[in-house]
Amino acid sequence: MAGRNALLAPAARRLNRRELGAALALTLIAAIDLTSPASFVTRSFAQTPERIVAAGGVITEVLYALGLQDRLVGVDSTSQFPAEALKDKPNIGYVRALSAEGVLSLRPSLVMAITSAGPPDAISLLNEAGVRLARIPDDMSAEGVVTKIEAIGAVAGAAEPARRLAAQTKARFDELATLRTALPAKRRVLFVLSLQNGRIMVGGRNSSADAIIDLAGGINAAAAVEGYKTMTDEAIIAAAPDAILMMRNSGNHDTATEALFALPAFSQTPAAAQRAHIVMDGLYLLGFGPRTPAAARDLMAALYPGAAIPPLKTAAAP
Amino acid sequence: MTLAARPGELAALSSLAAFAAGRRRQAVLAVVGVTLLCLVLAIVATGQGAVQIAPARVAEILMAKLSGQGELLTGRDALVVLNIRLPRVLLAMLIGAALAISGALMQGLFRNPLADPGLVGVSAGAGLAAATTIVLGDRLLAGTGFKLPFAALPVGAFCGGLISTLALYLIATRQGRTSVATMLLAGVALGALAGSLTGLLAFISDDRQLRDLTFWSLGSLGGASWAKLVIVAPIVLPLLLAVPLLARGLNALMLGEAEAYHLGLPVQRIKGLTILLVALAVGASVATAGVIGFVGIVVPHLIRLAIGPDHRLLLPLSALGGATLLVGADIAARLIVAPAELPIGIVTAAVGAPFFLWLLLRRANHVDL
Repeated sequence: MAGRNALLAPAARRLNRRELGAALALTLIAAIDLTSPASFVTRSFAQTPERIVAAGGVITEVLYALGLQDRLVGVDSTSQFPAEALKDKPNIGYVRALSAEGVLSLRPSLVMAITSAGPPDAISLLNEAGVRLARIPDDMSAEGVVTKIEAIGAVAGAAEPARRLAAQTKARFDELATLRTALPAKRRVLFVLSLQNGRIMVGGRNSSADAIIDLAGGINAAAAVEGYKTMTDEAIIAAAPDAILMMRNSGNHDTATEALFALPAFSQTPAAAQRAHIVMDGLYLLGFGPRTPAAARDLMAALYPGAAIPPLKTAAAP
Repeated sequence: MTLAARPGELAALSSLAAFAAGRRRQAVLAVVGVTLLCLVLAIVATGQGAVQIAPARVAEILMAKLSGQGELLTGRDALVVLNIRLPRVLLAMLIGAALAISGALMQGLFRNPLADPGLVGVSAGAGLAAATTIVLGDRLLAGTGFKLPFAALPVGAFCGGLISTLALYLIATRQGRTSVATMLLAGVALGALAGSLTGLLAFISDDRQLRDLTFWSLGSLGGASWAKLVIVAPIVLPLLLAVPLLARGLNALMLGEAEAYHLGLPVQRIKGLTILLVALAVGASVATAGVIGFVGIVVPHLIRLAIGPDHRLLLPLSALGGATLLVGADIAARLIVAPAELPIGIVTAAVGAPFFLWLLLRRANHVDL
C-alpha cells in the first residue's frame, strides 16, 4: 500500500516543477514588455476621417442627420436611430463595455465616443494604437444638444453642415421656449420607466426623463427622488401626477391605459380622472439629439391638449 | 518536516493512495491532455480575434519580439498581438488557475464538494468593495477636483476580499482553533450581508453607475494589460507554489479534522494558509476581471471525476484546467459577437450551470465526489 503511495509522488512532484517553470516564464515575459509600451504608436490625423466608429447613439443619429453615414463603419448597441444603423453597420457592443480589438478590427481613422464610453482600459488601448479619439460630452439640456451637434460635426470634418443643423436645432429650442411661456398652469408629469412585478420605476430629478419634462413645460412629479428609482404606491398617490408618461416598446408590451389606471397606485391620481396616459417612443423622447425639440413639442402638445400647441416652424434637416 | 515519514499517517492515507494509484494511467493521461489542450487554446487565442491577422504574421511578430528585432514591432498588428491578445491570454490563464485552485482548496478545506469562494463570501466581500468604489467614489470626490484614480477599483476589490476573509476567520476562530462548520455558516451570513449592502449601493447609484456595476459583475478580461499582469502574477504565483505544501494536509483533512490533528498535522496552520491564499487569489482575480462564476466549482469536479480526489494531483491539475477553461471561454467571448465582446462570466456560467446540474443529477447514483 505504502509503495503505491510512493509511486504517485514523483509524478506529482514533476508536475509541480513544470507549474513552477511555467509560472516563472509568465512573470518574465510580463516584465520584459513593460519597458516599451509606447513604441507602437503610429498616429495619422487625416483632415477628413474616412472610417468613423461611433460609440453613443446620439453620435450615430447626428452623423446620419449630417449625411455622413457612408463614412460610418461601426456603431455601438445604443445606436438605435435611425433603425438601419444597427442593420447596416457592425455592432461594437454596449457603449460602456467596448472591446479595443473589436474597434480596431474596423480599421477606424476616427473613433467618436460620448464621455461615458468605456471601459477606461479599452479607451487607453485605442489611444495606444494611435487611433484618433474624440470624446463628445453627452449633455441633457438645450444648450448641451446644440454644442454636441457642433462638436460632432467639427471632428467629423463636416463643420459647416453641423453648424447649420445646430443653428436649426437651437432655433427650434428657442421656439419651444416661447411656447412654454404661453402655457397655462404647469402640469405635473410622472415618467414611469417600467411596471414590473408591481414595482413602479419612475424618473426622478437629474434623469433624462426629468430633462425632457422640463423642456416640455411640465413639472416632474417624481422630483423627490434622484435618478431612476422605484416608488411606492402611496408616494405616487402623494405625488399627484396630472399625467403619466411612458415609453413605447421598452422591452415589455405597452401598458393599456385602462390597466394602468386600474392599479391602486394610479387609480387615485388626477391623471386617472382625466385618463392622461402619454406613450411615446423611448429614443425619440430621451435621445437628446437633433430630434429633441420636436419630441419635447409633441410631449407638450399631449400634456396641454386644450392649449393647441402649434408644430415647430423651423425646418428640420441640414 | 517530512510528513510521509510518519507511519501512522501513511497507514491512514493508504486507502486514498490505493484509490489514486489505481487511476495512475488516467492521471498521466489527464496531465498530458490538459497541458496539450491548454497550449493549443493559448495558441488559438493568440492567433484569433476580431482583427484578422494571418498565423504566419502572428508567429513573425512573436519571434521578432523574442529576438528583439524592433522594426516588426510597430503598427496595428503588433499592437494587437503584443499589447491586447498576449497579456489577455496570460491573464486568462492566471485568473483561471487562481479561481479553479481556490475552488479545489475550499472544497478540500470544508470537505464539501459544493464549497467555492463564492459560498464563503470572499467574492461577495470583494464585490461589495468594488461597488463601493464605483458608486461612492465619484460622490466622495465630487467638487474636490480630484478624479478617482484608475487603480481604485482593483485595489478596493482586493481589500474587500481580504477584509471579508479576515472577518470570517476571526469569527470562526476561538482559542486558536478554527471551526470549519462555523466558518461555512459565517461565510454564508457575511456573503448575504455583503450582498444586501451591494444592493443598497445599487439602489442609490445612478443610471451610469448601475450599468458599470452590472457589467462588472459579469466579468471581463477586456482590460488585460501587461501592467495588470504584473500586479496579478505575484499574488497568484505563490498560490501555485504553495500547492505541494497544502496537498498532503488537505488529503489528511478528508479523514476529518480531529483525525488529521491526531496524525500530527499542523491542522491550524494548513487552514490558515489555505484561507489566506484563497483570499489573495480571489481578491486579485475579482479586482482585475470582475466576478467570473463557476470556474471554481466546475474545474475541480471535472478533474476529480478524471483522476480521483488525491489533492497532490487535484490541485495542480485544477490550476491547469482552470487556465484552459478560461482561455477557451475567452476565445468564445471575443469571437461570438465580434467586433463586440460578451462578458466572460456569461460564457463560463452558460457552460458551468448545465454542467453543475448534470453533476447534481449524477450524484444520485454516484457514491461521493
